[in-house]
Amino acid sequence: MTILPFLTAGWIFLAGVYGMVTSRDIVHAVGCLAVAQSSTYVLLLTVGYRRGGIAPYFTDTPLRTRTVDPVVQALALTDVVVGATVTALLLALAIQIRKRHGTVDPDALTGLKG
Amino acid sequence: MVRTADLLPLAVAVPLLGAVALVVVGRWLPRPAIDALVTVWAVLEAGCLAWLWLRTGDGHSVSWLGGWSPVRGESVGIVLVGDRIGVGLALLTAALVLAVVVYSWRYFDEPPVAHAGTFPALLLLFEAGMVGFALTGDLFDAFVFFELMGAVAYALTGYRIEDPRPVQGALVFGVVNSLGAYCSLLGIGLVYARTGELGFAQIGVQLARHRADTLLSVAFVLVITGLLVKAAVVPLHFWLPDAHSVAPTPVCMLFSGVMVELAVYGVARVYWVVFSGPHGIAQPHLRAVLVAAGVLTALVGAVMCWQQRHLKRLLAFSTIGHVGLFLTGAALLTSASTAGTALYVAAHAGVKAALFATTGVLLDRHGSVDEHGLYRRGRDLPLVGALFALGGLGLAGLPPFGTALGKAVTEHAGEEQFPWLPAVFVFVSALTGGAVLRAAARIFAGAGPRPRERYAGPETTGSGEEPEIRDPQRRIPTPMLAVPTVLLAASLALGLLPGPGVALARAARQFTDRTAYTAAVLGHPATPASPMPDVGWSAEGVLLALASTALAVLFAAAAVWGPALRSPLAGRAAALCEGVGRRVVVPLRRLHSGHLGDYVAWLAVGVAVLLVAMSV
Repeated sequence: MTILPFLTAGWIFLAGVYGMVTSRDIVHAVGCLAVAQSSTYVLLLTVGYRRGGIAPYFTDTPLRTRTVDPVVQALALTDVVVGATVTALLLALAIQIRKRHGTVDPDALTGLKG
Repeated sequence: MVRTADLLPLAVAVPLLGAVALVVVGRWLPRPAIDALVTVWAVLEAGCLAWLWLRTGDGHSVSWLGGWSPVRGESVGIVLVGDRIGVGLALLTAALVLAVVVYSWRYFDEPPVAHAGTFPALLLLFEAGMVGFALTGDLFDAFVFFELMGAVAYALTGYRIEDPRPVQGALVFGVVNSLGAYCSLLGIGLVYARTGELGFAQIGVQLARHRADTLLSVAFVLVITGLLVKAAVVPLHFWLPDAHSVAPTPVCMLFSGVMVELAVYGVARVYWVVFSGPHGIAQPHLRAVLVAAGVLTALVGAVMCWQQRHLKRLLAFSTIGHVGLFLTGAALLTSASTAGTALYVAAHAGVKAALFATTGVLLDRHGSVDEHGLYRRGRDLPLVGALFALGGLGLAGLPPFGTALGKAVTEHAGEEQFPWLPAVFVFVSALTGGAVLRAAARIFAGAGPRPRERYAGPETTGSGEEPEIRDPQRRIPTPMLAVPTVLLAASLALGLLPGPGVALARAARQFTDRTAYTAAVLGHPATPASPMPDVGWSAEGVLLALASTALAVLFAAAAVWGPALRSPLAGRAAALCEGVGRRVVVPLRRLHSGHLGDYVAWLAVGVAVLLVAMSV
């Protein structure tokens, strides 16, 4: 197992965080959150990867065939569902912020401080 | 006959089904019918969990979903595990949800009017997430329930979408918490990579076969990051005051009363069952790191709480202060401190929910939660004032409130290793209780001179909040006064009755016993080995509790009447306070900028510091 995929996952996560910190637009920030989340897909699939493994279903293959880990695929799938829900909700909030505040720039949203 | 184990999935399923039922029929039923339906459902859930609490007793109840039980110690199934701490927390959640449901009977007629079932359905969904999180025995399931709880919480925070501030608070809440949750998921991935297991107990068994190394520390820090964000540990706490000050009042009762505390429970559970074994994370190291984080959180929360004039924000920061104390208590890693913290959490939930409930009455009446703007305007509400002040005293730890007992037990447990710990506990509860008493004196008694309207530093005032009902001039409905009264009485009962204390002491002994949990999950017999911690009033505990109450009253009195004093001593004290304020407090307040990017940056800093602290 090489360490490269793990570093990639870390890099994607940090790229997402950097984007959120410097973001000037809430829709962009929510997009960056999705980028940060996609690092979890990379990590999970890396963990379950096996060299030469096939997709884990056994309809017409012998039982001893080498397959990739199905558990992490289930985890990644759940993760996708969670991420889609949260992203949809946050984008809906972004629309509402645009309506109520007239801006989507985090620098201009200073209603709550202190 | 229902088996005890079958009550576990039932406890998660009941509120989920209730939410579905409310969404389906909510379109056609009138408001009273919906209120009746949701109340019946909340009672059903509370009854189910109370039954589970009694049936579980001092053992564990274990339920393998779908019958996927382990074969020769290995499993691919998902497990729900209940012990008295977990079930107790779920029961606390159910009790608070019931209180919130009753409180909202005559409160909160918010849109959508055409679909009155939405709000109670979201409440039940939220309950399902919290109960599931308290009962799960599986790391990934914990993440899923955590996110279910989170997603519903974001929606509930931004529920009043026509109001500009709630949508903003909800967005910050959602982004910061989701980022924390993804950190947790990365950590879960690493743990799975090392062990190939996802159940708490199974991971613990597998980890004992490996040597501890950096990967383990990194995985641990990442897993608890999401929980620490939800628990609002400094510097991952910035979302909390923004979310709690804008969420609808009944929702705040749940947020402050139990959601934040659940995250502390999650940290403790994950550590004790998964990482505390041989070759795991070393106890002294973790204790030092988490106690430091807890004390910092407690102090920041208390100081910021004192500075607020927005009542809901004040209570939110007081929650941060107390969560710091809870984290410290849990991080002492003894069964006595765990028992004390459990008691403290339960009693604090009652007091804090009661305080939010009475604040809701003020918001209802005057359309404002600004301490300065409400000056003298609460004088026609003596009962509400009494409840509010009593809540403040409970927060300060007046004996025989359960908060005082829990605080005393926790302090006593930590004294040996950290002799200065009682001072922190006394200071934090005095400052948070004092802030509430100050507000009570100004609003309900009209004490002291009129406070200044403007302040130089950054602040959120709390005037001009939208009232959450359509008819503010009506008589205050009985449930809105009965609920805080009952909650305060329950908090008082926790300190007076010996029963809950002893039950939680036994529960804490079991909670800190990793072998017992693992044995129960994998189906081996085990007997508890450690001695029972002692929870009861001690002379020292009562004295410290009285001291913190007296100090709270003193702080409140100084804030209310201090500016009117004309003696040279008072002048010097005022100058000293101003100096401290300028150097320490104003910069601290400036950090709470309400800016999304800042908060995410602080989260990254916090995780980096934790990684360094745990890896060296």
